[in-house]
Amino acid sequence: MLERLLLHLLPASFRHEYAAEMGAIHAQRKRDAVGIWSRIGLYLEMTADVAVTAAAAHWEILRQDVRQSARTLTRSKGFALTAIGVTALGVGATTAAFSIADHVLIRRLPFPDADRLTMLWESIPGYSRMEPSPANYRDWKNLNSVFESMGAFRGLSVNLSGSGQPENLSGASVTADLLPLLGARPELGRLFSAEDDRDGAAGTAILSDGLWRDRFGGDPGILNRKILLDGSPFTVIGVLPPDFYVPNRFPNQIRLWTAMRFTPADFAYRTNYYLNVLAKLRPGVSLKRAREQMLAISAQLERLYPKGNRKVTATVGDIRELVGDRARVLLIVLAAASLCLLLMTCTNLANLLLARGLLRRKEVAVRTALGAGRERLVRQLLTESMLLALAGGAVGIGLAAEAAPLLAKLVPSGLPIAETFAIDGRAIGLALVLTTLTGIGFGTIPALRTADAAVGGLREGSRSGVGGRRERLRGVLVVAQVTSSVALLVSCGLLMRALWQIENTDPGFRAEGVLTLRTSLPMPKYEKIAPRFRFYEQVLTGVRALPGVRAAGYTSFLPIVMGGGVWPVSVDGAPVEATTNDRASLRFITPGYFAAMGIPLLAGRDVVESDTVTTLAVAIVSQSFVRRYWPGQGALGRHLRILDTEITDWTVEGVAGDVRTRGLERTSEPQVYLPYRQVGDGAFPWYAPKDLAIRGEGDPASLLPAIRRIVAAADPEQPISDVQTLDEVVALDSAPRVVHLRVLGGFALAAFLLAVVGIHGLLSFAVSSRTQEIGVRLAIGARPANIFGMVLRQGAVLCGVGVAVGMAASYLAGRAMQAALAGVRPDDPIAFLAGSALAVLMALAGSVLPALRAVRVDPLSAIRSE
Amino acid sequence: MSIETGFADTSPLLPLPPATFHILLAVADGDRHGYGIIQDVAARTGGELKLSAGTLYRSIQRMLEQGLIVETADRPLPELDDERRRYYRITPFGREVARAEARRMSQLVELARASGFVPEGA
Repeated sequence: MLERLLLHLLPASFRHEYAAEMGAIHAQRKRDAVGIWSRIGLYLEMTADVAVTAAAAHWEILRQDVRQSARTLTRSKGFALTAIGVTALGVGATTAAFSIADHVLIRRLPFPDADRLTMLWESIPGYSRMEPSPANYRDWKNLNSVFESMGAFRGLSVNLSGSGQPENLSGASVTADLLPLLGARPELGRLFSAEDDRDGAAGTAILSDGLWRDRFGGDPGILNRKILLDGSPFTVIGVLPPDFYVPNRFPNQIRLWTAMRFTPADFAYRTNYYLNVLAKLRPGVSLKRAREQMLAISAQLERLYPKGNRKVTATVGDIRELVGDRARVLLIVLAAASLCLLLMTCTNLANLLLARGLLRRKEVAVRTALGAGRERLVRQLLTESMLLALAGGAVGIGLAAEAAPLLAKLVPSGLPIAETFAIDGRAIGLALVLTTLTGIGFGTIPALRTADAAVGGLREGSRSGVGGRRERLRGVLVVAQVTSSVALLVSCGLLMRALWQIENTDPGFRAEGVLTLRTSLPMPKYEKIAPRFRFYEQVLTGVRALPGVRAAGYTSFLPIVMGGGVWPVSVDGAPVEATTNDRASLRFITPGYFAAMGIPLLAGRDVVESDTVTTLAVAIVSQSFVRRYWPGQGALGRHLRILDTEITDWTVEGVAGDVRTRGLERTSEPQVYLPYRQVGDGAFPWYAPKDLAIRGEGDPASLLPAIRRIVAAADPEQPISDVQTLDEVVALDSAPRVVHLRVLGGFALAAFLLAVVGIHGLLSFAVSSRTQEIGVRLAIGARPANIFGMVLRQGAVLCGVGVAVGMAASYLAGRAMQAALAGVRPDDPIAFLAGSALAVLMALAGSVLPALRAVRVDPLSAIRSE
Repeated sequence: MSIETGFADTSPLLPLPPATFHILLAVADGDRHGYGIIQDVAARTGGELKLSAGTLYRSIQRMLEQGLIVETADRPLPELDDERRRYYRITPFGREVARAEARRMSQLVELARASGFVPEGA
């Protein structure tokens, strides 16, 4: 019994020939063996013998088949290259798309216990993800029992000076718990201790590996060195390794860390939203339980602090939620598109193999006649398709690796993925599986068909007719191709429409010819308004005097660069609620800002230098502000209040055009602009104007050297950072979309071509197998136009069915990716019309050549060949 | 492959794998079936070489392809026969190959003798 099973390991051809005899020999041996031990020995020996023989026999056949396949494939290079190219396309696209989806959506993030890491937010009316305030953070931390540890950090922009050029650095100030929570291990020195967190302790800083190497030459003696941050001394206590990463929502890389201190003042307002809070769940505690407890704690805090915490709840989110919805949808779309493409390449491969099988019928039939069994033939043909698939897969992996840097741009910046993204073992493993499935899955039916046709073909003689069943199968494959290519084209069209929509969105300013840069003024040094105003005055006077400069002005934050900075407001004398839904994007600006940005002033006046603390407090509001609070009424002369400003009554003196502060895709809060001089010492330091916009003639970047000199003259310690044109700011906002669309467009183009090749292949084959029929038709008087139409009709039918199914699929796809469509409807007529137009083009491109060939059939020779 | 002409080139097959050579020797003086070959080889080598069924049939498969042996339809007397058995016969080409292999080996022995590696009388 066991023996018979063992014999099944042998290749069928070998088994049919010799298994019976091997069995007989084994039986003979068993009769000769005496005693239990020699029988057992014999069994072991036989098992080993059969296994070795089977392996050797299989290897032998494989070698023969590979040699044979290599020979036949080199003879038909065109076919081989097409098949390899087609497979490479599918495998490459899928590998690349899945590799990036894997990195962003599936794979564990590179933190210890990444599955227990969570992010905490405050959910307040109108905003589901608000940075928690220090007071609430402190209470959450003390009251909860679900988290093992909790830490907080905030983004930091500091000027590093002292040795060499002053430099503006992005950093983070962190509580002592934060770095251990993320598994940080210092490369040099130590992490922060609770002692460093204490209010009034000496300043301590930890450098990133990059900063340590770039700025300090990797000096191992860096520990205990004093550095100047915003003019204050900090002691370097450690260096973190290059792969350490804090998950965040900041666009810039963090280059140094300082200890975060809370003063009693920080805990005074519960609406002081500025912390990023990370927490690690205790082992065994579910996210659901943590959410429940945090809701209970929120309710408790709301009772205790009804003013500041009205309707405020704590939200606990998986750390992966930092990958925004849009990025997630775009990645899923990409993966789905790549699957579509893979399916198309597979069907194309199957079609190619089927057609080739039919052409090779006679060759295969001869081999059958020479004694090759059906099983051997199928095996040989499968070896051939596997060889093609493997070659294609290898090229595909190469393509994916080439595309990796482009795709890395699709990775959201908040998670430590872009740096590590590469086509690695997992991706290659997936590619191998796909390749094998392609080779076997889509080689089997053609191989079986070919082998059967060969056996039948010899019997039938040389008639070149093609069985209807086979042609139907190929027709179905082509329809599947048209379907998926239409779905891809329309989806791509929808996303392209979305991008146009976004790019055509008026940002509210005119971006051409504007240079922007940041001079982030360090705070103890510029806390007093006198030196601050002197700096702005000197820089702006200098810049405006440069030849070619038409306007220049400062603002707290440029739109898009900084989407937040919203603040509670009220109008017409109503009291301002800290937790109100009425919030405006608040900016302090210098005169000239509107002109530099090209933001239209629709009514009233701009801010002027003479708007100071001693004159009437004025505000310029946006049109949307007027629409929201005074619809249909005049805004000039109306009053508004802003939470926590010393001035409690601001008079609207001007109305400006709406600006998309949160970028082109998101809705922005109404805007309020205040004159930069209407603040006192130490008030609103975070809102102190730091972004400079300069409108010039010609290339704005050419102004930079002169501007650097002007800033250096105003303050030699003051660095300039974030130099970019306003056009770049806008482009960067939709950059991931552009990359995504480019990749998807590539997929759609490939799909289009594959569908054309599929239609062409099927029709060519149909024409050549119906040569005699066409010849007869022509001989009995059919006009060439009829024949031409007949072939075109066949192409049109295939396409028509494919388009109908494809359109339905597109609509479903469109609905699924609505989050990424920026308001374009999933049944957008333009995208669908363009998709159908391309489908018509596809049908024509695929059928014209075969149709022409059909018309050129010579009736006499066609009939004679029968 | 020109098997019957006697002009076939034997050199691509040399040196022969030991099992192949032994099988050729076993069928040289008469048709044999598989188990017969195993027994003959064992007897000829004093029990030193016991071919396994797998080795035997893989060799036989290759030797059939190479034209060294053929399967024969001649069967022994029915009372001595087992109908499952298949009998193999050496071809003229097979003989030529065996001879060439023997020649190659004896030349090798000559060389060894000249170098004093072969004891007197062997």
